[in-house]
Amino acid sequence: MTSLPPLAQKQLGLVIDLDTCVGCHACAVNCKEWNTGGTSGPLTDLDPYGADAAGVWFNRIHSFEAGEGDASRTVHFPKSCLHCAEPACVTVCPTGASYKRAEDGIVLINPETCIGCKLCSWACPYGAREYDYDGGTMKKCTLCIDRIYNENLEEIDRVPACVSTCPASARHFGDLGDPESKVSKLVAERGGFDLMPEMGYKPTNKYLPPRQRQNSSGCTGASALPVVEQSADGLLGWLDRILSR
Amino acid sequence: MHPAFSVIIFTVASGAGYGLLFVLALLVAFGALTPSFWTGFIGFGIAFALFTLGLLSSFLHLGRPERAWRAFSQWRSSWLSREGVLAVVTYLPAGLLALLFTFFDAARGVLVVLGLLSAICAVVTVIATGMIYRSLKPIRAWYNSYVVPAYLVLGLATGLLLANALALVFAPAVATTLQFASCLALLVAALTKFLYWRYIDTMPAFSTAESATGLGHLGKVRLFEAPHTQENYLNKEMGFRIARKHAAKLRLIALVGGWLAPAVLVLFSLLLPASPALVLATIAIVLGLTGTLVERWLFFAEAKHAVTLYYGGSSV
Repeated sequence: MTSLPPLAQKQLGLVIDLDTCVGCHACAVNCKEWNTGGTSGPLTDLDPYGADAAGVWFNRIHSFEAGEGDASRTVHFPKSCLHCAEPACVTVCPTGASYKRAEDGIVLINPETCIGCKLCSWACPYGAREYDYDGGTMKKCTLCIDRIYNENLEEIDRVPACVSTCPASARHFGDLGDPESKVSKLVAERGGFDLMPEMGYKPTNKYLPPRQRQNSSGCTGASALPVVEQSADGLLGWLDRILSR
Repeated sequence: MHPAFSVIIFTVASGAGYGLLFVLALLVAFGALTPSFWTGFIGFGIAFALFTLGLLSSFLHLGRPERAWRAFSQWRSSWLSREGVLAVVTYLPAGLLALLFTFFDAARGVLVVLGLLSAICAVVTVIATGMIYRSLKPIRAWYNSYVVPAYLVLGLATGLLLANALALVFAPAVATTLQFASCLALLVAALTKFLYWRYIDTMPAFSTAESATGLGHLGKVRLFEAPHTQENYLNKEMGFRIARKHAAKLRLIALVGGWLAPAVLVLFSLLLPASPALVLATIAIVLGLTGTLVERWLFFAEAKHAVTLYYGGSSV
């Protein structure tokens, strides 16, 4: 059913820290690795070793420059489905293949009923949905639904693949519908924001802004080491005298 | 947006088909057409062929066309689903009307009811087609109140051009009325699209690279490095930009060649006897449909999607 369910208490999603992301693409690679064998797999690649390699990815890492001159910043910007509270990608779906789960807010596609009309990708301003040219259906981030509830995994691993692999801990997973959750507190503390709020899609995923730049970084207050004046003798002294001429 | 051939054919052919159905159904309902085999067979035949061709063409756009029947289920929320349902529903009154008008000597009252129902169904189906586009917020060139009227008036104008040529052969009594009506519809179509183009040229930016990334407080935002080296689906589908540079010429071709020229031809044919008038009416059909195809291609090619902001675009 593509009519939206009443908004649930639980809103699972990601918080992405643009201050600590180093743009290493590890999250995208681990996402691809896990999900190509997951419930929405395969993440088909076309011409993978050729000149025009293309394929389905759920997570893409953009890099932006903001500001001018000395004050400019390079910001690495991972982007995947934001699991919006009001996702037009769901309501435009003519078949009911696209749906938002009532219990945790995750937006999914049923690969058995999707007709590949691509309208959901037109309705998404964030580019979260990609068409699988091989399978003829749309694909998107599942928030690793086959990991986060997977009792065969250790509890510590029951997080999305992108979160588990991030070497900079720039990705956080949790319940953004609960104001007391760690992720909600992080968003409140760091001033987390929505992408394109003017669209009115109310994304669940939040982004944390880069912290204020510290121009005096590296200064610990300790004095510099004194330069040791030394008069050399012996072989090194002789060489010094010869070379100083 | 990528101008997919199948979707262009779908919207232009079904628009003209429903336009012709609308005109024929109203003529039958108001008793302006006397029931006859050839009038019904050719007239309704062309209308049915056009919108059926359009619907079949829209199936080509699907990745899994064998599942197309599923698209009738979500009419509560989806305009695409509503369009599918309405298109199928339209076959009922329109099919009955065509059969009764063409093959049987049906009672007047039945034809009036079926004619009005068919005309309403044709209009509502074209509105649903327009709403598929008009309801998409990330594409500002579509998310505005010019889109649905443009679909309606272009469908009506192309349908009237067809009806006009048919009337010259089968129903000379209504030919003059249809000639005036097609001129009027073509002029309104040209005006609507002119206003639409002026609107999309001057509309203020709704989203920017700054709002898309949330980094505006740091200054102007620009793409430093794309996430991938080759084009992906998003670039191919939403990042179409090849022929935007020809937009001004193509607009002129549609406006002058597609709508104003056929209006002049049809107006001129009022002065001529039936056979030369039919030649002009036929040329007018070709010009009108070609112009509308150009317009539909531009409708896609000129529309910028918000996702381009993540790929180097600065505003949409």
